[in-house]
This record gives sequence, C-alpha cells and structure tokens, in this order.
Amino acid sequence: MSDAGASPLVQVRGLKMHFPIYAGIFRRHVGDIKAVDDISLDIRESETLGLVGESGCGKSTAGRAVLRLYDITGGSITVDGTDISDIDKEKLRHLRPKMQMIFQDPQASLNPRMTVAGIIGEPLVEHMSLSRAERLERVYELMDAVGLNRSFANRYPHEFSGGQRQRIGIARALALHPKFIVCDEPIAALDVSIQAQVVNLLEDLQEQFGLTYLFISHDLSMVRHIADRVAVMYLGKIVELAPRDELYGAPLHPYTQALLSAVPEPDPVRESQRKHIILTGDVPSPSNAPVGCNFCTRCPRAEQICHEIEPEFRQVDKGRYTACHFVGDTAIKTAEPTVGETVKP
Amino acid sequence: MTDVTPDSLAAARPPQSQWRNVWDQFKTHRGAVWGMGFFIFVVLAVTLGPYIWTIDAQYIDIRARNSGPTLAHPLGTDQLGRDTLARVLEGGQVSMAVGITAMLLALVLGAAIGVVAGYFKRLDGPLMRLTDLFLALPLLPLLLVIIMLFRDTLRAAFGPETGIFMLIVFVIGITSWMQTARIVRGDVLALKEREFVIASRSIGTPSRRMILRHILPNVLSPITVSATLGIANAIITESALSFLGLGFPSDFPTWGRLLFDSTDYLQQYPERVLWPGLAISLTVLSVNYIGDGLRDALDPRIRGR
Repeated sequence: MSDAGASPLVQVRGLKMHFPIYAGIFRRHVGDIKAVDDISLDIRESETLGLVGESGCGKSTAGRAVLRLYDITGGSITVDGTDISDIDKEKLRHLRPKMQMIFQDPQASLNPRMTVAGIIGEPLVEHMSLSRAERLERVYELMDAVGLNRSFANRYPHEFSGGQRQRIGIARALALHPKFIVCDEPIAALDVSIQAQVVNLLEDLQEQFGLTYLFISHDLSMVRHIADRVAVMYLGKIVELAPRDELYGAPLHPYTQALLSAVPEPDPVRESQRKHIILTGDVPSPSNAPVGCNFCTRCPRAEQICHEIEPEFRQVDKGRYTACHFVGDTAIKTAEPTVGETVKP
Repeated sequence: MTDVTPDSLAAARPPQSQWRNVWDQFKTHRGAVWGMGFFIFVVLAVTLGPYIWTIDAQYIDIRARNSGPTLAHPLGTDQLGRDTLARVLEGGQVSMAVGITAMLLALVLGAAIGVVAGYFKRLDGPLMRLTDLFLALPLLPLLLVIIMLFRDTLRAAFGPETGIFMLIVFVIGITSWMQTARIVRGDVLALKEREFVIASRSIGTPSRRMILRHILPNVLSPITVSATLGIANAIITESALSFLGLGFPSDFPTWGRLLFDSTDYLQQYPERVLWPGLAISLTVLSVNYIGDGLRDALDPRIRGR
C-alpha cells in the first residue's frame, strides 16, 4: 500500500477491534460491537495522517487500538518494524517510549492530584534512570518546548486553562522522544482561538523532532490544515484514504462527499449557491452493521449491489483508496493509472 | 504563557514538598485544628493522666460510693466507690487503642480488597462475593464463636489483657472492612476508565505503580471518611462486646463498659453516663473533623482556596 519507497513507520493491516456484548442471566456472548472492523493503513515517517469521521464511527478506538491500549481482536500492527499486535506486556512496555498519545479532554487526561512536574516526569520515571535533578531539568526543557512557563512546575492541573492543560499533555507525550504520536481529537475540547495555538504547536514540534502523527479529528477544516493524507472512517471501516488535496478537491466516496459538503463555506454568496448533500437517517448500530456496503442505508447512490456485496477497499488512483462499487471503474480498466487522469466523483 | 515571571527566577524555586502544602491547607480548616487539638489532648490524658491522677481505677472506697462531684472525686464515684475520673482515664487507653488499631486493620483490609477488586477484573467477582459473604454473616453469633474458640488460647499465649485486646481488635477489624471495600471498589472502577489512567497505560506504567500513583491518591477521600467513621464504630462495637460479657474482664474499665455499667443507675445518677458518653462522642467528633480537614487538605483542587 505504501507508495513511497521506504517502508512506513506504522503499518496497520486488517485491524479489528470488537467489544463483546453479554446478555441474559448467564452473561452469554450474544454479539459484538464492531468498533473497528478491518481497517488497513500506512503512516509514513514524519507525515501526518488525518483520521476523520462522525462521532461514534470508531476513530478513537482505532487510535487506541493502534497503540495497543486494547487487546485487539484481529489484524496486525507494525510500528517501526516491530509487530506489536500480540506482543507480551513486558516487551510492549519497552516499546512504549516510541509511541505516545495526546488525549481529547485535557482535564480528564491529567491526574488531578499530581503536579505538572510529576505528570510530565512520569514517563521519565518509568523509562529512564535519571537523578531527581536531571529529571527536573528534562521536565523544564519539555515545558520550554511546549511554551509553558517553568514556574508552573509546582502547580496542579486544575489551575490551568484548557490550552495550557493540553500543552502539559503534549509535553508528557514528548518526554520520551517518541517517533509516533496518536493525537486523539486534541483540539476538540478547546475553544477556537486556542485550537490554532495547539495545532501550530503540534506542527512546530513535528518539524523540530521529526514526529509522525495520527491526527484523529472530526474537524475537517483543521485536518485539511494539518494532515498530509486523510482517511475517512464510517461505521468502523475506512471508506476513503487519499492525499489531502485530492481528497478535499475531488472526494470519491459518497460519504466523503456528503461530509465535505457539510463543512460551512465562509463566503455567504457561495454558501447560498452551494449544493449540500443531506444524508437521511442515522448511523446503523456497530453491533448490527448492514449487509453489503456499510453505507448502503444512507447512501444517495445505493443500488442493489450495495445491499449484497461488500465493496473492496482498493486503490483507484495513485495513493487514493476507496471502498465503493461505483468509483474508479476507469481505474480498474486501466490497471496502471495514467498521468493526468482525473477521476470524476 | 500568561505568567511573565522570568525563567531565571522561576528555575530557582525547585518543586517543594507536597506535604508542606497539605499542612498549610490543614491549618486553615478551623474544625480540623480544633479536632486535632482535642484528639491530642485526649491521647495525652489517657496515656499520661493516670500518672497525674494517681487513684487506682480498681480501688474500692465503699464509704464514698455513689458520691457526686467532690474535691476528692471530681467526677464522682460509682456504686462501689471507685473513682470515675480514674476509670474514664484508664478506660480511655483501651478504647482508644482498640478504636485506632481496629480502624487501621479494617481500613487496610478494606482499601486493599477494594482496590484489587476494582482494578483487576478477574479478581473482582471472587473478592466481591467474599465481601458479600462477610456482609451477610450474622455478626454477633460470629463474634461469639470466634471469641469462644480463641479466647483461652490467646489468653494463655499473651496474658489475659493483651490476649483479649488482640482478639477484639482482630474481630472488629475483620468484621468492619466490607463497606470500605465496596466504596473503594466502586470508585476504582470509575477511575480506571478515566483518561489519565489510560494515559499512564500508554506510557507503560505497570499495575503496581499505577495503583500507587494514580488510583490510591484519588480514592483517598472515601478512605479518610471510612477511617473516621471506623474509629467511632470500633469504640462502640467494643463497648457492645463488653456489655455481652465477651470483651475485657468485667472489672477492667473501658469507655463502653463504664457507659453500660452506668445505665443501670440512669434514674438515680444521670450524670454518671455523661462522662464516658461525652468522652466517646467528643473523641469521635474530633476524629471526624480531622478526617474532614485531611480530606480537604489532600485534594489539590480545594487546597489554596
């Protein structure tokens, strides 16, 4: 799947994360919530992969599963050449410094009873044998890197604003020189002026430390700003994966088209002329996904085939993948996509 | 960002000890300071008091029986002429010791079982069924059986008073940890799903340090509350046991014993129940205030307000 010559930093193949449902007196296993159902993606070194989708589509679960914060149901995850999909706890612990996470709710992700120095220092205590003074020095360095005043080290999380708390979370994630960071909606809980600050900080840090991000968000404009490539999720599956400009310029999958048409246009004249694709109905339950294409219940273009056969997630153009029966027939005909070929949505 | 303190100045101030902040906050809680003062006073009174008020608690002065407060007996005497002040002081030693030790035992047991049951999903079922089992046991028959079985062996091994003291502490501790365990387990279950615990897991913190660093400090509030209630409960249970003739020997004073002895004379000498009753309730009250202040002081969100 990798188009670049070098092998990707993170390689996810057929990842499945199902949560069992137990019911009745005997707690029988009656079904699964398929939060993440067979997704495959690559994240190349120093790139940002945006992962978008509506609430409840499994974005956050996917992010956590990639870091093996859950015991995954199936598939494989390779990070920096090591397969971590069913590695034992102790070995995983030693790999933890490579991959870190930034959380959505900066209030909830910081222990209210620890000082900032304690929170940022925790990864250092776990993985490095530093003296107290060395550790403090490193904590100060990290605080400088994320733009926190050193004098805040003794304070507790509740004394900070949302943006500052998120900086603390970022400093903690940076402490061990990670290569790969999963940003799980890092800006969703912040107000707009702070969002820009945090996103710019993330970009600066990426440049400075050569970080690779999996940027999970439902804010399409922010993803357009920060991501190099974008994956769109719907009901536990990736429906489209493409480089940013192609995806925003000419979305292929009907769901992506609908999602993008919902992004408001700042110019009121153009906004009033724009045609919106309005989806009807609700997202089906992930415990009882429809037969065939996951999107067939709401898709404006759905036909008989969509209710019967699950579309394959396949490459339709260079670096563009989608799972829809009606997309990229041209690409299938011409096995090798030609230069300059445009794929009509 | 908003603070403009120069870095050089800030760096000069290393992180200070958390306990200092805790103490500073504790001092601002007026009730807690009074409670602490009174508690220390009671502890000193029952430990050093008998050296100052030298009348033997067992000494029978039959001619002075049933006397009201006099200079010779400031709190009066009982029906056998034993000095009430001396008995309250000496009885306090045992009651306080039983209360504190039994509370600590119940607390450690309850917190440990609660945390382990809440944190390790596999142990949750068995441990909580064990808790239910203890909750369902009829307490008094159980105490009777335990004391019948072990009293004589322990007396022979450690002497009558130490033996019975250990037995009572053990019996009270073993039968009062369940509420703590249940409350702590519930809190741990909720805490385990909080993002900072997941963050810590993503760092690779092993379970043991996860519990010590993230779980325990955050369940401190319910634990302190059960601790303060536990002391009161233990003192009262001990007096109930004494009343049933299962506790300390009948001539051996404890606060509970004094209280029950005096109830027979409630109509003639109502002031006699007052002294042990006052001692029990004021001690319990002071401990509750200390717990209250401690809980506030340990919570950084309340601290500094």
